[in-house]
Amino acid sequence: MYKLRKGIAATALAAALGAFISGPAQAQQKELTLCWAAWDPANALAELSKDFTTQSGIAMKFEFVPWTNFADRFLNELNSGGKLCDLLIGDSQWLGGSATYGHYIKLNDFFDKNGISMDDFLPATVYAYSTWPKGTPNYWALPAMGDALGWVYRKDWFARPEIQTAFKEKYGRDIGVPKTWDELKQVAEFFQGREIDGKKVYGAAIYTERGSEGITMGVTAAMYAWGFKYQNPDKPYDMEGYVNSPDAVAALEFYKDLYKCCTPPGHSDAYMVANLDAYKSGQVAMQMNWFAFFPGIAKDEDVGGDKSGFFVNPAEKVEASTLGGQGISVVAYSDKKDMALEYIKWFAQPDVQKKWWSLGGYSASKAVLEDPNFPNTAPFAADFLKAMGGVKDFWQEPTYAELLQAMQKRVHDYVVADKGTAQEALDKLIVDWTQVFKDDGKI
Amino acid sequence: MAVARPGKPVQRAHGLSDRAVAWIFISPTILLLLAINIFPLLWTIYLSFTNYRANQPGRLVQWVGLDNYRNLLGSEDVWGYLQATAHFVGWSIFFQVLLGLGLALLINQKFKGHATLTTLILLPMMLSPAVVGVFWAYIYQPQAGIFNYLVNFFIDAGSFTMIGDVNLAPWSIVLVDTWMWTPYVMLICLAGLRSIPDYIYEAAEVDRASKWRQFWSITLPMVLPFLMLAVLFRAIENFKMFDMVVELTSGGPGSVTELASINLKREAFEKWRTGYSSAFAVILFVTVFGAGNIYVKFLNKVKQR
Repeated sequence: MYKLRKGIAATALAAALGAFISGPAQAQQKELTLCWAAWDPANALAELSKDFTTQSGIAMKFEFVPWTNFADRFLNELNSGGKLCDLLIGDSQWLGGSATYGHYIKLNDFFDKNGISMDDFLPATVYAYSTWPKGTPNYWALPAMGDALGWVYRKDWFARPEIQTAFKEKYGRDIGVPKTWDELKQVAEFFQGREIDGKKVYGAAIYTERGSEGITMGVTAAMYAWGFKYQNPDKPYDMEGYVNSPDAVAALEFYKDLYKCCTPPGHSDAYMVANLDAYKSGQVAMQMNWFAFFPGIAKDEDVGGDKSGFFVNPAEKVEASTLGGQGISVVAYSDKKDMALEYIKWFAQPDVQKKWWSLGGYSASKAVLEDPNFPNTAPFAADFLKAMGGVKDFWQEPTYAELLQAMQKRVHDYVVADKGTAQEALDKLIVDWTQVFKDDGKI
Repeated sequence: MAVARPGKPVQRAHGLSDRAVAWIFISPTILLLLAINIFPLLWTIYLSFTNYRANQPGRLVQWVGLDNYRNLLGSEDVWGYLQATAHFVGWSIFFQVLLGLGLALLINQKFKGHATLTTLILLPMMLSPAVVGVFWAYIYQPQAGIFNYLVNFFIDAGSFTMIGDVNLAPWSIVLVDTWMWTPYVMLICLAGLRSIPDYIYEAAEVDRASKWRQFWSITLPMVLPFLMLAVLFRAIENFKMFDMVVELTSGGPGSVTELASINLKREAFEKWRTGYSSAFAVILFVTVFGAGNIYVKFLNKVKQR
């Protein structure tokens, strides 16, 4: 009896030890970490991913970092070969570096084996979020979150008879959704300092942030509309006469005028959240922001519903919008690449993409976007489709961070700090960018 | 049982000299210092002569001689960052010394509530600089922040923005740093004031010296070494100031508050120009180290007087 008891006790101890040792290991093996920015779509993805866990038994863990630290945090993680992220939804501009330096795994073979076709996704998103070198059939990510810069306006203010009358008196036309940047500035000027419901309001909240990418994303929204090109299409990295073309200079001057005339006081270091705050608190008539935030605005209890309208980036000489959005990639340093690929396979399914859109994520799948009913699914859906048809992106070179920081400095110096002229700012930018490309052996 | 005999160290009995034992005790510290201080310093100096980039491990590292130093010292932008740093360091120390000494003289008086007031004054320096940066950004907010309200309460300044204005932004960071670190200078000065023996003042009273004369001839000279020490500590700290300013202004508007340390971080960990940023780090190190040494020599002379 004593021996039996001893045997049982030993078995129980061994089982407990076994569970203690193997339990965490198993849990670790059956868990994936997905890294992204901390914003509304990330919460939608966390919700969506519950289905993946149910189907696969793989638990999902999320590392969401605020946008202001997003690039710093995850580029450092990639550059140091960190294993924190198994899956990473990284910015489109990171593709060049991540492909070149081996941070992401190439997905072509995986796509072929699993019947995932890039033809099932919007061409602009495949080009921007998946390919490196650009436009070649070398895929490093699956388009995960389509996005572009758009505008939101106070539809209820625009609809007020006294506002309509006053605007027509001043500008000789009806107030409406701006079709050009000139019209946008007129509307912004009109609202600047105006009293609405006993409160002083301002024209527009635009991007002016210095630290990460804010002012570049804002300024390029204007520059693309003036037909801006980064380089000579026939001679790569030849930027003279393109980056500092008369149209580029005019666009930059226009953006500065808009900043000076029509933004709220102290709007000198503003990006997504600052613009959202200015708009939701009823300070501004319009705000520029990413489409990703529009579902939240449409549902907002203060400015949602019929109070807000949406429009694509206005044209000036051409129709074009700044590209946002990201693709989802498998990090090369992950020990769980197979499971990460399983997630991508699940995520690429049309039904999952449809649910992704319904939860507030911007699917890039044709199964969603080419549905005839898609434009009616949300008040901004039609504009999103239109915007994605004309998106333009910043450099995606491996040295993108240097190129971006140079532009942040030059345009912030000119637009916000009143240093020099637009021509000088863009001339200096060419000098900076040329040096970067020289250092990188591109020229 | 071993008994130590006078004149013959115990260590000898075990075959180790006093010097050897000393080396055994200090060698871990020396090795640690070599590993985490000296080696990185030498490695940084080496990298400053190369085109190395930490994010491109496969890239051929080339010896570029003095190119990085030449580019740095010939860059108008870099001199701008150094100017912004000098403005910040110079003015923040000036105000901190002025106010710190004044507060120390006040706190040195015996009055009711003296202990509570001291604690309250010390609070800012107990906060994290990043937190201070974030909440001062709210305080400076032109529409809802309390700073503009207070200024307009006393003088009709109208609408203005502290951190968005090119002329005001450099002063906005000086003001926040002064608010945060004046208590530190005050503490050091207070230690100096408390170390002055009462009999010196009593002798001055007997000689009918005025309060001003007592301050000028007794208090200031005797507090001066402490004050200079505070200046040294604050200058070194402010020269490498990063977190508070990044949270407050991100170096803007434009680059008017982009201090040398902020630019160094951007070059090293955003642009990944490791060789170039190493050269910048070496220049900053030599500047602080050189200036610090000269200052310490001067401080020692003051102490000896």
